[in-house]
Amino acid sequence: MRWSSTSALLVTLALAAAAQQTPSPQSAAPAPGPRFVVIIDAAHGGEDTGAHLSSGQLEKAANLALSVRLRSLLTARGFQVITTRENDSFVELNRRAELANHANAAACISLHATESGSGVHLFASSLAPANPTRFTPWKTAQAAWETRSLALAGAVNSALTHAGLTVTLGRIPLPGIESMTCPALAVELGPQRDADKKVTAEPDSPDYQAQVASALAAAVLEWRSDPNRTGARQP
Amino acid sequence: MIPRYQKVLFVILLIAALGMGFKLWQLRDRAHKRLLAGQTLAPTAAPVVAPAEQATLVVANDLDDSLAPQMHSLPLPADPGARARAVLGKLLDLYAAPESTHEIPGGAASVDQVFLLRAQGTKNSGDQLAVVNLTGTFAASHPAGLETESLTVLSICATLRANLPAITQVRFLVDGVERPTLAGHADLTRTYLTSEATPVEGIKP
Ligand SMILES: [Zn+2]
Repeated sequence: MRWSSTSALLVTLALAAAAQQTPSPQSAAPAPGPRFVVIIDAAHGGEDTGAHLSSGQLEKAANLALSVRLRSLLTARGFQVITTRENDSFVELNRRAELANHANAAACISLHATESGSGVHLFASSLAPANPTRFTPWKTAQAAWETRSLALAGAVNSALTHAGLTVTLGRIPLPGIESMTCPALAVELGPQRDADKKVTAEPDSPDYQAQVASALAAAVLEWRSDPNRTGARQP
Repeated sequence: MIPRYQKVLFVILLIAALGMGFKLWQLRDRAHKRLLAGQTLAPTAAPVVAPAEQATLVVANDLDDSLAPQMHSLPLPADPGARARAVLGKLLDLYAAPESTHEIPGGAASVDQVFLLRAQGTKNSGDQLAVVNLTGTFAASHPAGLETESLTVLSICATLRANLPAITQVRFLVDGVERPTLAGHADLTRTYLTSEATPVEGIKP
């Protein structure tokens, strides 16, 4: 009798601990009005470290730090935010896309950091825009959202530029994002450089990250009323 | 009685004879070892002595995320596979140079081999698939990032297209095997279409 109650207690504790450790997506209080969900995807995690930054930090940690900053800025503005990870855990690309697709998100932002290039690199997927069909192939599901992703990239580009940041915009193959059914883009923080190409801020510098996070939050706010977003919804 | 000087001379000559015998044995042994080593190091193909020709290299720039064509003169073998390897080698030499706009260590030796096969799923029977086998050292020393890795992949595809238009598809191997990504970002499991890797200047706001 005593043993069973002890073991029951242990099981309860173990379950509670497991629930805490699981990289469960965190949701904030839903915003009033129409549902507007933002997915923040801190890339890499766990065994997938990403780049080694010159500060000694790993990319996965820098991405998570920016994700946390952006989440708090967006929740403070009343947005519903879902993150793909809240700790240093490995989350498969397919799992990240599943989370985004299940939420029927209005914007999906994948965060990266790198030591190469200059300023913020924005990428939309290079899939050719396609009309939505009844059955969408998983690997190219983003094609039907491509036009809206490019519009979102435009909104983010102008917000970052407005904040005085150097931005490059491109379209490349983006595994993971290519399976997302939401306006989606990858934001990669490269080092900030001056006119002589000297690094003035590393991608994991708190000031730089705060500047990018606030510009991204401004872009999302702008995106909510963007006419390109409220085009034909998903079939 | 043998004179003393003759005894001394005899000893000297004996030492010299033994010394030369030992040296001869040593040289023979060394020659034998060299012969054995030579059997494994022998080149499988004759060294390529090709005339210098103009080649178009599509060069990446990290600062503005751009790809721009540049003309370079380099020896180009007649065999298409060797030709592909030569242009990619030159491209990676540019990247390894100190004033590089897209810094990656390694240089020409990073392209281990380029195999040309018939492209799959195309209407034109002349279309070719290039399988680019990169060295593990190159992949290990490649900077990690969406921009830098995609620029490497796209500049390789665009350079192949510029010099060997029959190449319409490109796949990548690292040390002869397929691997998920180049350095954590660029997908190496897919077949890249060279038509999608045309030089585009980065859009600067
Ligand atoms: Zn990354």
